[in-house]
Amino acid sequence: MTDAGHDGSTPDFAVTLTALHRSYGPVHALDGLSWHAATGRITAVLGPNGAGKTTAIECAVGLGRPDRGEVRVLGVDPAVADADHRARVGVMLQTGGLPGGSKPLRLLDHLSRLYAAPADVAATARRLGVSDFAGTTIRRLSGGQKQRLALAAALLGRPEVLFLDEPAAGLDPHGRLEVWDIIRGLRDEGTTVVVTTHSFEEAERLADHLVIMNAGRTVAEGTLESVTAGRPLEEIYFGLTTRGRA
Amino acid sequence: MTAHDIRPATPGSPSGPLRAAPASQRVLAQARFEVGTLLRNGEQLLVSLVIPAMVLVGLRATSSPSLGSGERIDLAVPGVLALSVISSAFTSQAIATGFDRRYGVLRYLGVTPLGRSGLISAKVLATLTVLAIQVVVLGALGLALGWRPSLVGVLPALVFVVVGTWAFVALALLVGGTLRAEAVLALANLLWVLFLTVGGVVVPRTQLPDVLAGPAAFLPSAALGDGLRAAFVDGALNGPAFLVVLGWAGAASLLAARLFTFDD
Repeated sequence: MTDAGHDGSTPDFAVTLTALHRSYGPVHALDGLSWHAATGRITAVLGPNGAGKTTAIECAVGLGRPDRGEVRVLGVDPAVADADHRARVGVMLQTGGLPGGSKPLRLLDHLSRLYAAPADVAATARRLGVSDFAGTTIRRLSGGQKQRLALAAALLGRPEVLFLDEPAAGLDPHGRLEVWDIIRGLRDEGTTVVVTTHSFEEAERLADHLVIMNAGRTVAEGTLESVTAGRPLEEIYFGLTTRGRA
Repeated sequence: MTAHDIRPATPGSPSGPLRAAPASQRVLAQARFEVGTLLRNGEQLLVSLVIPAMVLVGLRATSSPSLGSGERIDLAVPGVLALSVISSAFTSQAIATGFDRRYGVLRYLGVTPLGRSGLISAKVLATLTVLAIQVVVLGALGLALGWRPSLVGVLPALVFVVVGTWAFVALALLVGGTLRAEAVLALANLLWVLFLTVGGVVVPRTQLPDVLAGPAAFLPSAALGDGLRAAFVDGALNGPAFLVVLGWAGAASLLAARLFTFDD
């Protein structure tokens, strides 16, 4: 299944994963995985625990190397990418990675200094609601607050490509809607967004391009309409995937 | 408000290519952030400055334990400076690294423009900055308490501080980069106490019980203490002690490079 740009043209791809294999001992986390993310579109990667979503994202952001296969992000192999490439790619990891001893605005101020032309820190913090808990040490933040802060941090470099590993996990319904609005707004300005998710609602609301993964492989890929062919996404998903390993 | 609001407010070319800040700016920013975090952290400040200062005042005010022959304050200050190197380069760094691994901080910074090599450079710079603050504060306290160091010894002392920092940072990365965060916390604090009490740092190894004095010569803690005492008391470079510290620095670096993992 394939999809085209909104104007009907064939899109170019900001992210391509081709025939990736990655094993951890006897476990094949990636088993010939291939998918792509079109430039300026939202790609939602859906799959059960253990499907290999996080491993795929790790390969795409340079945190891991596949045993075999090829990864290209903005035409570059992320495993050997330089600082300028990393400045063009925003990342929100599932593990967060935010230092617990700092306060949110101090961290965002600091991270903005890693970029030549960062986003406005105060505006970013306001937009994500970080200002509401600016006085709280990061280790004392709730899960949802940490998610908002991690997303704010990922946006500071005004990325061309944004990888978001389960960005709405832990957010209340209002928070999810706000985050989805931001993601769509960034897409409308030309940012390529890759979102991993367990949520059918999130995939349905966001995805220009949908990837369903299972057991380290892509089992469906295309527009939401082409993948579901008029049937409920949930039904398609359970038909294509097996219970997760994790 | 729209996504436009999080586009840059700073001068630049919004439509031009997005790039990282210069490498020096990235490393300086991270080093400043790490130093600021340490100075805001009460426990780290306690182990880096307050306890060494208390040890110095305590040694000045008492006559026990024996520090050997010579002016007591002249023997005490080099030992306390060695202790402060161990506090900031080893204990603080090991614990910080252990918990940074636990919370994925090292992984996250690895995907920012800072990168892993920038992070390591920043940690070295931050440690040296904290050490400079410690030397100034504890040195000034020592001078106020009557310390009269050999000025000829400043250069060999500087050599020992730099190589000692290298050795203890490498040991910190070895411990903090291989064990679980809770185990790092326990082990780093335990080793700090052992270095202080029987490691030949503040109390010279020659003043320890015979059963400890011989083996202690091969400890990085005693060698650093002996080296700083030789420098500031006699104005000399203690060759054997230098080789011991250098050996620990090399061995710990090799092991850390081989065994360090970015994940807990």
